[in-house]
Amino acid sequence: MLSKRVIACLDVRDGKLAKSVKFVDTKDIGDPVAKAREYYEDGLDELVFYDITASSDKRNIMLDVVEAVADQVFIPLSVGGGVRSVVDATDLRLAGAEKINVNSAAVARPELINECAEAIGNQNVVLSMDIQRVGVNPEQPSGYEIVINGGRTATGKDALAWAIEGERRGAGELVINSIDADGTKDGYEIALTAMIAEAVRVPVIASGGAGVPEHLYDVLTQGSADAALVASMVHYGDYKVSELKQYLHDEGLKIRIC
Amino acid sequence: MTLILDYEAGNLASVRRACAHVGLQAQYCADPDQLLQAERIIFPGVGAAGSAMRSLKQRGLDQALREVIQRGTPVLGICLGMQVSLTHSQENDTPTLNIIPGQVRRFAFDRKDLKIPHMGWNEVRVLQAHPVLAGIQPGDEFYFVHSYFPQPISNDAVLAVTDYEGEFACAVGKDNYIGTQFHPEKSAQVGLRLLANFAAWDGQC
Repeated sequence: MLSKRVIACLDVRDGKLAKSVKFVDTKDIGDPVAKAREYYEDGLDELVFYDITASSDKRNIMLDVVEAVADQVFIPLSVGGGVRSVVDATDLRLAGAEKINVNSAAVARPELINECAEAIGNQNVVLSMDIQRVGVNPEQPSGYEIVINGGRTATGKDALAWAIEGERRGAGELVINSIDADGTKDGYEIALTAMIAEAVRVPVIASGGAGVPEHLYDVLTQGSADAALVASMVHYGDYKVSELKQYLHDEGLKIRIC
Repeated sequence: MTLILDYEAGNLASVRRACAHVGLQAQYCADPDQLLQAERIIFPGVGAAGSAMRSLKQRGLDQALREVIQRGTPVLGICLGMQVSLTHSQENDTPTLNIIPGQVRRFAFDRKDLKIPHMGWNEVRVLQAHPVLAGIQPGDEFYFVHSYFPQPISNDAVLAVTDYEGEFACAVGKDNYIGTQFHPEKSAQVGLRLLANFAAWDGQC
């Protein structure tokens, strides 16, 4: 049986670690390579780097970060943020990324998912979705809407329909990031995660809102998620990756314990 | 010299990096003559069975591989690089190298909650002691990403199994050839241990 995965997400801006709260007021919290290595040694299952660098002329810094991490960290490494083309995806892969996350650019041009899947294989394409609760209405029958630009721009797209379209176009995995829950530490958005996880056949990663270990347990069980993504709860030292995994293991989930 | 077979100009950097980490300096190779000189060979997986076999044949690497394996050179196949060592793959209905007699089949489940590909960490249970699998403890997990799995005809070729709605062979081997369905280069400390074992293996079981 597959183990449930615990994934840590590191937001990187200009080559430095940042953590966003509700996607604004990011503040620097350290060196991404050292942090990645620390989590790897503590038993992390997978690592995500999200590049939030604003200016495009500083993008190459990210390739250096990915390369430095790939030299020392031997678990799957996923990278996203600003991936607009197959060239971007291929550059990151050559630097050492296993999986590539597409987000806003895929909303603007959905064919990007097909193109990346063709170039690097479905299993390496992750569709990352920023989602906000809007209530059931004719345009968003699921009650959730896709937003872009770090949550600032609504797109009108229904979240469930976009998840299903993403899978059909070749995304091998979906990240469900709740804008409402992000940074709150009140727990993942369970209903949203379960709704999407039960509608697709690709693995689903829950993101946004984790504050205590119970939140991971809830989204991996009631939320039907295959993996739980954590950020601030481990970045600030509130919990260690190994503690989270031991807790989930003790609660009876199938978890990799090193 | 250790060579990493680069038959589809694929992204093999993660394999090379993990090898370097355990002290195994490996070079890429797409040339059959060079392959025949290798001390040991890693055969990673890139793409699908059909295109992989086409590329191997175009470069004459299929014959060279059979030859080095017959000579006793230690060879490690990873993922698709392991799958093409069987006789036939359901993927693109492809005849493959026939180093290990058997089939490669696609997962097929009725249960909707079982995802394909089988992606993530899963337990590897060693059935037959093997120098390359030395040190793998009960409960150790490795990283998998695949939709097809090997089914050797002979149980002697099944070195280890993994459970995903039934057991499948996750490590197969015969003499100086060993192949894994999982990715040792992405499997943290246990994966590095396996690569270090391979680096020290003389091809004898």
